[in-house]
Amino acid sequence: MSRSIPAPQPVWRHPEFGNGARDMVGVSLGIAAWGLVTGVAMAKSGLPIPLAVLMSLLVFAGSAQLAALPLIVAGAPIWMVWAIALCVNLRFVIFSAAWRPYFVHFKRWQRMALGYFTADLNYVVFMKRFPEPRPAPEQIPYFWGGVAVNWPSWQLPTMIGLALGDSIPTEWGFGFAGILALLGLLYSLLNDHASRLAAVIASGAAIATVALPLKLNVVVAIAAAIVAGLLIDHVTPREAKPIVEDAT
Amino acid sequence: MTGWEAAIAIIGLAIITVATRGFFLYPERELPLPGWLKQGLRYAPLAALAAVIAPEVLMTQGHLLTTARDARLYAVAAATAYFFWRRGILGTIVTGTAVMVTLRVGLGW
Repeated sequence: MSRSIPAPQPVWRHPEFGNGARDMVGVSLGIAAWGLVTGVAMAKSGLPIPLAVLMSLLVFAGSAQLAALPLIVAGAPIWMVWAIALCVNLRFVIFSAAWRPYFVHFKRWQRMALGYFTADLNYVVFMKRFPEPRPAPEQIPYFWGGVAVNWPSWQLPTMIGLALGDSIPTEWGFGFAGILALLGLLYSLLNDHASRLAAVIASGAAIATVALPLKLNVVVAIAAAIVAGLLIDHVTPREAKPIVEDAT
Repeated sequence: MTGWEAAIAIIGLAIITVATRGFFLYPERELPLPGWLKQGLRYAPLAALAAVIAPEVLMTQGHLLTTARDARLYAVAAATAYFFWRRGILGTIVTGTAVMVTLRVGLGW
């Protein structure tokens, strides 16, 4: 099963690379605002700047960074720092099951590289472009085109936030642009009755369980929405919807 | 934590990023996921988005909003109106953020 799709041309010359980049540009303003706020938060936390830069460049997961930061600064045991990050990243474990049919035929080190860059927004944009879970040659250029926009749109503003720290007036609320980017993506996914209801259920579940530690309410909400969606699929008459099947 | 300990913690966090994002990608053999779960996964992304958004918009410090004088509500309303008018995400972000900053800076909400 380990083979790679032969690349007749560099990945960035493929037309789908540009499409992937273009689809990501729409949300990159939100990513940038979010990165800036994360950078400011890291600067204010008291973590030495070189370590903060290292963290942003290596970890590349905003919510896990923000959760781990106060613990590192407070000198908590290292296992606790890692435990928190694991919990905050649980949603990626769920997403990775959905990535598998697209990427499973690549070599393992390639899957590791792909996996590292599968952040939240790539996931949503990619699944919207390729709803059918079977591999196709244009997926890899499309994916890397998105990463080519997503990665710098996150890292550059984070560095700016780190450098400027307190002089950026976060009380103006522009960090909310990150939430608005997620909102726009969410709306673009609500194509049928079942998905709208699943979104409402997920919102309610996330609010009801917000007191759970470590952002576990997100995992609860995903589970609730999957159950609700399946129930709706089960009781509603057949309509045109993507059937998930094995890609192998 | 000393600088070195913090650096080790950070390298561990990077490994956690790779491990969680690729969790189901790494095994060579097909994983015995039940069919219903595979079908249900199509609801995972929108649920994750909704779960992150809803508390950020409707809650303050762990409690539901009790006032309508909150800039976030109007930012979301404006962004929603823009999205269903034009269907563009960039415009949605710009519209909502403009309302947000105007209310925060102008009215102090």
